[in-house]
Amino acid sequence: MRGLGLDAVYARMTAAAGTLRPQGPPAFAAAPLARDLGNGAHELELMVSGLTCGACVWLLEQALGNEPDVTRARANLSSRRLTLRWRGPAGRADEFVRLIARLGFRPAPWSPACLRAEEDAEQRELVRALGIAGFGAMNVMLVSVAVWAGSDMGEATRALMHWLAMLFALPTVLVAGMPFYKGAWRGLRAGRPTMDLAVSLGVLLTTAMSVSETLRNADYTWFDGATALLALLLVGRVLDRAARRRARQAAAGLLALQEGTVTRLEADGAARPVPPEAVAAGERILVAAGETVRLDGVLEGEEEAVLDLAATTGESLPRHCPPGEAVPAGGVNLGQPFTLRVTAAAKDGSLAATARLLERAEGARGRTVALADRAAGLYVPVVHAVSLATFLGWWLLGGVTWQAALVPAVAALIITCPCGLAIAVPAVQVVAAGALFRRGVLLASPDALERLAQADHAVLDKTGTLTEGRPELLPGGAAAADDLALAASLAAASRHPLARALRRACPDAPAATGVREHPGLGLERDGVRLGSARFLGLGPDAADGAASGAADPALTLWLARPGHAPVAFRFADRLPADTAAVVARLGALGLESELLSGDGAPAVRAVAEASGIRDWRAAAGPEDKAARIAALVALGRRPLMVGDGVNDAAALALAHVSVAPDGATDLAQTAADIVLRGGRLAALPGAIALARRARRLARQNLGFSLVYNLVAVPVAVAGLATPPIAAAVMASSSLIVILNALRAGHADAEAMP
Amino acid sequence: MNALMLLIPLALFLGGLALAFFLYTLRSRQYDDLDGAASRILFDDERPRR
Repeated sequence: MRGLGLDAVYARMTAAAGTLRPQGPPAFAAAPLARDLGNGAHELELMVSGLTCGACVWLLEQALGNEPDVTRARANLSSRRLTLRWRGPAGRADEFVRLIARLGFRPAPWSPACLRAEEDAEQRELVRALGIAGFGAMNVMLVSVAVWAGSDMGEATRALMHWLAMLFALPTVLVAGMPFYKGAWRGLRAGRPTMDLAVSLGVLLTTAMSVSETLRNADYTWFDGATALLALLLVGRVLDRAARRRARQAAAGLLALQEGTVTRLEADGAARPVPPEAVAAGERILVAAGETVRLDGVLEGEEEAVLDLAATTGESLPRHCPPGEAVPAGGVNLGQPFTLRVTAAAKDGSLAATARLLERAEGARGRTVALADRAAGLYVPVVHAVSLATFLGWWLLGGVTWQAALVPAVAALIITCPCGLAIAVPAVQVVAAGALFRRGVLLASPDALERLAQADHAVLDKTGTLTEGRPELLPGGAAAADDLALAASLAAASRHPLARALRRACPDAPAATGVREHPGLGLERDGVRLGSARFLGLGPDAADGAASGAADPALTLWLARPGHAPVAFRFADRLPADTAAVVARLGALGLESELLSGDGAPAVRAVAEASGIRDWRAAAGPEDKAARIAALVALGRRPLMVGDGVNDAAALALAHVSVAPDGATDLAQTAADIVLRGGRLAALPGAIALARRARRLARQNLGFSLVYNLVAVPVAVAGLATPPIAAAVMASSSLIVILNALRAGHADAEAMP
Repeated sequence: MNALMLLIPLALFLGGLALAFFLYTLRSRQYDDLDGAASRILFDDERPRR
């Protein structure tokens, strides 16, 4: 890794993405995924989680590009897709995946869900339509301005100008309006009028009226209005689509991380990687060290297994499973590789059951009707009724020809164009989502922003949310510096959470070689032992004597070497320093916090007191958590749930809006509307303030559009509006709305006290 | 009037050129990774080609 000139990048990456985490071995076999391009070349596509900044892209492309035989390494920062091409065998794919993992990223197979999220044909069609509409509108406007300005223009020249405008406008309206016509047609067939129908009617009527005016050789045509309307509406559509696409990509990326392969032991003794779905009950799989157990099973063999079940049960310390014990899916193997006899196929297993629970909860949560849709529902019928009334009024009562009556009616339609609705809200959302993204808050569902703004109650999970969910070495033990260094060098051989905490406390200690791990007991090398009191042969009395005060024996490690008294290292799951401040700021935003944890009462009370939370519930299982959220919803509250475990997933899905730190289990992340990058709660109060500000700005924009129309409609209905007036109204209202939306990103002053 | 006969086709041609160019950029997928493109300009050294 050295020699690529990467040191500076690491500094930038660490600043941008928090800390670099060394990751375990890849959880999937990449070689079968490589596509043969012929001539011995292969291509592999991966979803790279953790790709968050330009420097990450550079690092990844440099590191992979410098591998021999790699012909192409290209990372896409928006979709986190990596395309890799190389000359050589498919088997090298695994090597590349390991390299990516070593750089601190989490590679995952590029799943069809990712592809669907990125390959957005509709978005491309919209952008193309926008380009054409922009081109058409500009040229039509050029001609129209000539007509408006040239009061001394001859009749023949004016007619020429109108015909020219028609020449541009007709293809533009036909091609660029297609997304709206299609949407309107779909809506009509489904039997419900949509916003698209309103837009299509407006544009087509205006065009038809203008064609008739051109043929009549009238003073004005409205081609410019029709094309400009299309262009502005398409801007809104493209923005809206971009925000949704980002949310969809975040969600698909999370799903991809769940996928992987398991190693099946075949009857002939061979071990083959297969997708988990392919394994039937009764078959045997091999679980490598550090691998996630993907299927429920019973432990085979003679040795006991050490599993980290934090993800499934919330236990923060590893569990030791004797042979023959049932192992639930979702645990991580911390010890030696072991063989598992599968008891349930993937679709019947415990993970699938939780996922089904999640789906039910998702279905139960009533989708909030988006602000813009609500406004459009009121707005469109009123505008069309006014327009129709204008037409009938002028024609029947005003005594003009139907062509002349059409002009004020269409003017009313176009002046009240739903630009405010179409641009106002999406622009605010794009700006706000971008600002949140830069602060490490990822919106994973399209309406997350609106629901975040509405939250009025915060429910927090303890492990991994408030606390760091991993033990850290407590300072001030009896251990001297050289004891710590020795212990840390031994600990390098183990993936046990306490051993890793020792490594973190003393990262510079050289890793010792020849260390033997006694699973569930400790580590040994040349008579030096590191492990539990039982492993060192210390009685409870000796342990009490050495450790000052009553320490939790499960959170204590002992180091013994010949000729020295045993030394104790004590650990605790620490609360980040800013937790109390976060809770206080949530309170200032009107969110009452409560703590809901699966842990025992003393631990939960201690955390609640330290973080200033008055309301807490201990020993809450997944059902209790979900029930508590449901009770809050029944009370009319809009709870915000923060959680990271599989046991939180149902509660997350039930909550009005849900947040998961990015270190959370995949299931929790999938259930969450919002993912906090860096895993820190500190960004949450700012995100809520920003969401509220965005909602306020969206409402301002809608209100502004309404006021504009209240002034413009009477003018149009009275037949006083001319195309120049309509153009000015349309452009200025859209501009003001967009400028107002840009303020959504500048919430820092009030959001970050 | 004579000036118009020249200027209108000229404006049309230039506008059409820009439109064609835009469609080309869209087709060659230059809008697929806007976030990445923003930082890519800062990568100062070409990767050694093999």
